[in-house]
Amino acid sequence: MAEVQGIGVRVKRKEDPRLITGEGRYTEDIQLPGMLYAEVVRSPHAHARIKRIDTTAALSSPGVVAVFTGADIEGHVAPIPTAWLPPDSDIKTTAHPALAVDRVRYVGDGVAMVVADDRYRARDAAELVKVEYEPLPATADQELAMGEGAPLLHDDAPGNIAFHWRAGNATDEVFEQAEVVVRHRFRQQRLIPNPMEMRAAVAEYNRSTGDLTLYSTSQNPHIHRFLLSGVLGIPEHKLRVIATDVGGGFGAKIACYPDEALVCHAARVLNRPVKWSEDRSEHFLATTHGRDHIEDVEIAGKQDGTITAIRVRAIANMGAYLSTAAPGVPTILFGLIVPGPYRIPYAGADVYGVFTNTTPTDAYRGAGRPEATYLLERMVDLFAAEIGMDAVAVRQKNLIPSDQFPYETAMGLSYDSGNYQLALHNALETADYETLRATQAELRKEGKYLGVGVTTYVEICGLGPSQVAGAVGFQGGLWESSTVRVHPTGKVTVFTGASPHGQGEETTFAQIVADKLHIPVEDVEIVHGDTARISMGWGTYGSRTTPVGGSALAVATDRVVEKAKKIAAHMLEAAPEDVEFVDGSFQVKGIPTKSTSFHDVTLQAYLAWNLPAGVEPALEGQAFYDPTNFTYSFGTHICVVEVEAETGQIHLRRYIAVDDCGRVINPMIAEGQVHGGIVQGIGQALYEGAVYDDQAQLLTGSFMDYAMPRANFFPRFETSFTETPSPHNPLGVKGIGETGTIAATPTVVNAVMDALRPFGVKDIQMPLSPERVWSAIRNGGSAE
Amino acid sequence: MIPSAFAYSRATSLQDALIQLQSHEDAKLLAGGHSLLPLMKMRLATPSKLVDLGGLKEELRGVRREGDRLIVGALTTHSEVAHSKVVQESLPALSEAARQVGDLQVRNRGTVGGNIAHADPASDLPAIALAFDAEIVVATLDGTEVIPAHEYFLGPLLTALPEHGLVTHVSFVLPDPGTQTVYEKYPHPASGYAVVGVAAAGGVGTDGTVSHIRVAITGAGEVAYRASAVESALAGQTPTEETIRAAAAQAAADGDIAGDLFASEEYRRHLCQVYTARALRRVFASQLA
Amino acid sequence: MALEKTSVTITVNNDTYTRDIEPRQLLVHFLRDSLGLTGTHIGCDTSQCGACTVLLNGDPVKSCTVLTVQAADQEVTTVEGLGTIEELHPVQQGFWEQHGLQCGFCTPGVMITAVGLLKQNPQPTEAEIREGLEGVICRCTGYQNIVRAIQAAAEQFDATPAQTQAAATTGVTEGGE
Repeated sequence: MAEVQGIGVRVKRKEDPRLITGEGRYTEDIQLPGMLYAEVVRSPHAHARIKRIDTTAALSSPGVVAVFTGADIEGHVAPIPTAWLPPDSDIKTTAHPALAVDRVRYVGDGVAMVVADDRYRARDAAELVKVEYEPLPATADQELAMGEGAPLLHDDAPGNIAFHWRAGNATDEVFEQAEVVVRHRFRQQRLIPNPMEMRAAVAEYNRSTGDLTLYSTSQNPHIHRFLLSGVLGIPEHKLRVIATDVGGGFGAKIACYPDEALVCHAARVLNRPVKWSEDRSEHFLATTHGRDHIEDVEIAGKQDGTITAIRVRAIANMGAYLSTAAPGVPTILFGLIVPGPYRIPYAGADVYGVFTNTTPTDAYRGAGRPEATYLLERMVDLFAAEIGMDAVAVRQKNLIPSDQFPYETAMGLSYDSGNYQLALHNALETADYETLRATQAELRKEGKYLGVGVTTYVEICGLGPSQVAGAVGFQGGLWESSTVRVHPTGKVTVFTGASPHGQGEETTFAQIVADKLHIPVEDVEIVHGDTARISMGWGTYGSRTTPVGGSALAVATDRVVEKAKKIAAHMLEAAPEDVEFVDGSFQVKGIPTKSTSFHDVTLQAYLAWNLPAGVEPALEGQAFYDPTNFTYSFGTHICVVEVEAETGQIHLRRYIAVDDCGRVINPMIAEGQVHGGIVQGIGQALYEGAVYDDQAQLLTGSFMDYAMPRANFFPRFETSFTETPSPHNPLGVKGIGETGTIAATPTVVNAVMDALRPFGVKDIQMPLSPERVWSAIRNGGSAE
Repeated sequence: MIPSAFAYSRATSLQDALIQLQSHEDAKLLAGGHSLLPLMKMRLATPSKLVDLGGLKEELRGVRREGDRLIVGALTTHSEVAHSKVVQESLPALSEAARQVGDLQVRNRGTVGGNIAHADPASDLPAIALAFDAEIVVATLDGTEVIPAHEYFLGPLLTALPEHGLVTHVSFVLPDPGTQTVYEKYPHPASGYAVVGVAAAGGVGTDGTVSHIRVAITGAGEVAYRASAVESALAGQTPTEETIRAAAAQAAADGDIAGDLFASEEYRRHLCQVYTARALRRVFASQLA
Repeated sequence: MALEKTSVTITVNNDTYTRDIEPRQLLVHFLRDSLGLTGTHIGCDTSQCGACTVLLNGDPVKSCTVLTVQAADQEVTTVEGLGTIEELHPVQQGFWEQHGLQCGFCTPGVMITAVGLLKQNPQPTEAEIREGLEGVICRCTGYQNIVRAIQAAAEQFDATPAQTQAAATTGVTEGGE
């Protein structure tokens, strides 16, 4: 038998053979006979009344089969709903019409869809749709949008306030009585997720059966089926959503979008397959953005370095509509984690979600947690500077001790397990922190500016118990399903409701099963991303796939073993409680010679010639696993930068990451997740940022202006793990997909501010462009 | 992503290309396509006809040295220029600039002629062309025209290229032997175009003072320019850190400097100075050592 | 405007195809839509991301910025022509072994770019590899394992006899100056 490559092994990925030979199957790769191509006509105005839409010329353009406008789809395609409604927040559930009827509210809002027999002709015809607009005043800035006289986006949302959410126990008195209070305003700039695969959809309809199949770039096909069923009025059992190979998501493929619904509708009306795929420039406008907060933060503490309170008043830019999961991001996923990994007795969050004439925001890798970690870790550094203490010492003083878990935070979360000091210690040792400080002092004498930045973080992940989901207003469950089907020959097919799109679970999930059944990983196939094959699933986001989906799989596999054990006991003429499963065979305890192999048992399970009483044939385990709590990954990141004072350019010299995601299933894949996360986090710190002008036109609408991190921007990262198992799930695992993004942004900014300390610079608006750094150095203070 | 429709033909000769160019009202020439096709995909350019020069490689491609000139055929790719031994030996700054155009893939397609004809204000080559007194050799149906670089680049995407003219060659004047030639660039983090790019060359006489000096700057504004003020400030001086800094302080003086989303006018002026100083330090490295 | 079609003959992965296409058709659409070679992807519309990179006469180019007609009578190699699962190209092998991909979407273009990079510079330093990747964008890997993958491929090339190397770059011809 081939070697078992179970948990903890660096197994080469099972998904790679197809992906490195060009035989992956992404949505845009799907070609169906008679397929038509759709193109969406989008608003060039940030805010306008639609006076007239003339589709005559487009309809007579060669190859055009149909043109749909908002009026055409009324009654057939319902507006797209919001699916996260934080409680007690007076939320305005403004649904998004799939095509605008009378008003467009952001540049990129869809006004018509053209369908033609070829993508070139569809594009040509889209140019011929004449839309007469009456432009209205617009604003992209959430603070302006809240102010007097700002253009109102939705009549039922006065002041453009979408919701107002509060949490925590921090009162004014706590701050009034504090020895030291530091206040600061941060702006979390807007980011554009930009997975390398843009959104695409192919819909196929069978008129006689009423079955509609949607191939879609989705992180959560079952959620899309659930929502689209309502939007399209197609019964859920007649709607199949397939997302096989998906080229990255980073949160942007969670939401239910108008375009996918329109493609389904077009296929249904025209009774022909219809494909739509986004251009990158379209993606910049039509796919959700992330972050975009204004945050006023206060931290209180003592001269000895103790932090006593932290609170934030945030204004989150929601864009023109509330996207699917959007309201949960700046509230639950942000506000509740504000006290971070520290023993802070008082914490508070007060968040306004505000409508503006911009592309809707939603989750972007980390979703709320990077924003919270950024403000906390920047404030810890500002507080340390204020009291004249080393920022690492402040962290050491305040980190939750490892013997305090489970730890109840001021926000009411219960952290499962941790050894925050160990991660910090390992990171400092890897970095050789003391030497770095000495080098920094030396270099400063030569006019060279080295900076060292540190972040200690904790992350809510493994979303999450469904009861909590309900309590925080998520309009769905957060459990996960898994079916482990053992075939007569002992090969295994696993069906998971998780929907990985690059994270490698076809491999790590196979490792979990291989580990438990003691079979080769090659014998395990993971099936995901198809609502017809998988009973139910809540998808991949919030670093939940391994903690929740993996645990579902572990439980289902255990059920297989339990049943197999009964059959084996019957075969061995022993009592089930006397049989144990050891290294791939069932044996009578204490009598290793009396045993039968896993394969013999699987075959007997299917032959069913002689099964014990009450045991049904076949061998299949199923689990619908709902975790008891979130899991909390944590760690320490350290960055070393050198700032060129002459130009403000920042050179990354070293980057050290020590992360703890509990038990590591595949270290190679876990490292890869950390690498990618770090680059996205640094992207926010140094390069990326969506900019709108005062007419709410997006100025950074392509890769020519929006700086995506590239290979030559980075040094080789030094990553390692500590392993503190989570007691909250059977695998002891936590999430690793978002840690890098959460930690890297403040780590790099702290490093740059540390480098600029001789110039008296305390903060610079992200991204830390060379010009901003240069201006800050010249001004000796904050530069906007 | 999808250009609008156009008629297409492949030129069989230079003459044929010129005839076709003239016979269609808004025809465009297509070389590597790396300036034109991006515009067409966004439908910012919608020519009714493209005349493909791909068949003219025999006559318009390649690098050769003729006396004190380096002549680069219009269809030579940036990659070919970058890797050409002749260029590396005779005009290292051109090689250095060519290596920094776009990226590996773009350099394999983009051509010198296309680049010069398009005249993007943030392109690298105009700085080299200005610094080395290039002549833009243009074919028209009336014959050959030679336009000096300093009369050729007029503004953003605006040149003295005659209507229905075709850039056939760019001819650079080679500096005296022993002259150090360099190109210093600050690339835009997203587009890779020059935020500021400085081409410089120079040498000293037997008395150790600067006998000849050339500085040209691209990317900083509306159009690439010769930094004459820098040249005059340094000419006749002994190259030292101080004289270089003083001269580089004049780097923005001759330019029509402009700001954009990434770098303001003020910052660009500053970068002109910093990158000019860096270029000059390399040019006079042996004197500074 | 009337959609005049023109006939082109292009050799792709050693097979020769003749098709009637519109002159405006982009090479990437020819490969994906006309030939069904969907391993070459589209990641942007401004020639920045490199997802569409293919070898044209042995050199990596961005097929979203080449017209099909410009590739007439020439040789194109796509990821499908790089190696098979039975006989992977050293670059493919490197990507698999070093976890050089996650979602896999940019991967074909990155691997083809790496082939071109190694052709120019068979033993690149880490810095040279990172510079050589300036024309690709990967949103997943943070590039670190892509760099390792290319280093592994370079080592494998180094250890491979010349004739096997030639076989490994089937379809790759030398571009002249």
